[in-house]
Amino acid sequence: MAELDTSSGGGKKGGKVRSKKVSTKVDLTAMVDLAFLLITFFMLTTTLNKPIAMDIAKPDKDEKSEERLELKASQTMTILLGKNNKIAWYMGEAGKSAPEIVGFDQVRAAILDNKKKVLESSGKDIVMVIKPTSGANYKNFVDIMDELLITGIKTAPAIDDVNILDSEKSFMTQQGIL
Amino acid sequence: MGRAKVARKSTAIDMTAMCDVSFLLLTYFILTATAKQPDPLDVKIPTSTYKLKVPEKDIALLTIGKGKVFFETAGPDIRMNMLDKMGEHYKINFTPEEKKRFSVIGSFGVPVQSLKQFIMMDGAKRKVSGLETGIPADSTNNQLADWILFSRQAVAELHSEAMRVSIKGDANEEYPAIKKIVDILQKQKINKFSLITTAEGGS
Repeated sequence: MAELDTSSGGGKKGGKVRSKKVSTKVDLTAMVDLAFLLITFFMLTTTLNKPIAMDIAKPDKDEKSEERLELKASQTMTILLGKNNKIAWYMGEAGKSAPEIVGFDQVRAAILDNKKKVLESSGKDIVMVIKPTSGANYKNFVDIMDELLITGIKTAPAIDDVNILDSEKSFMTQQGIL
Repeated sequence: MGRAKVARKSTAIDMTAMCDVSFLLLTYFILTATAKQPDPLDVKIPTSTYKLKVPEKDIALLTIGKGKVFFETAGPDIRMNMLDKMGEHYKINFTPEEKKRFSVIGSFGVPVQSLKQFIMMDGAKRKVSGLETGIPADSTNNQLADWILFSRQAVAELHSEAMRVSIKGDANEEYPAIKKIVDILQKQKINKFSLITTAEGGS
């Protein structure tokens, strides 16, 4: 099978002229190859193209709820997302320590460093406060949440886009990232 | 003195059956693969290293980009039920045909007033019609909040499940635009939602 029979029927001289017997069998190898290639393609694209979800929980906005979690200043790291893909971060209370401005490539080192320091000094996990300002874009926000996952921050981060303090605002305007 | 002759076997195999099977599988995969709905709003979603897959049922998807919001719910039954409630609320009567057509529309971004006209258009015309101005989400005319509310009710009624809300935002969208939508969600006590991202390293 699998090859076309092209040999002509006639070998003898002077015999009857026989009509050529052409085999009807076609080589299917290439066709099967193609079919399997397409199958593979469809299998991969149907399952691998699923989008991924990042679950985000924001604090309840209910004004009536009195539940306010007190955070220890020494344990908190506040991250402000500014414009031009810049981040300002500081430890502890606002205004007490000067924020540091970093890009997205250096923020991981800063988070890891602070995480280690907090764990050494108090034995507790660091608490992150993320404050996206009006200058930030959506990608910055997703990126910083991703950094928290990469750096293994277990405690749920507080996402606060309402209470951006005046001292934070003025610092960011000064540095030109708001 | 006969030497045992080794029979010469042909190495060629009959591939007809294999070909049949492979094309059967191919057909199956093509038919089951859900045709990717063309996104009316072109957004570039950010990347992340998260691994959680997005569920396919009982989910609403908000696409945010270029200052517009588009809305989509999964499942034709949910969509029809949602449209019923929406029509009742805005005093618009949708015919059964319109409902049926609406149930296969994926993501849409038209004000409810021009929805009737939008439904009866062809897929190609919808894009060029200029009707897709995004769903109004201002405080005075908050149709988006109604869509979300009615889809949640529809999911709760039909599937007895809580609907998940996911947000698909353009990477370059300003944060305040996202915040505006999130605030609408939070007003309805949806404090947990998923952000749609793609795998890092991928496109």
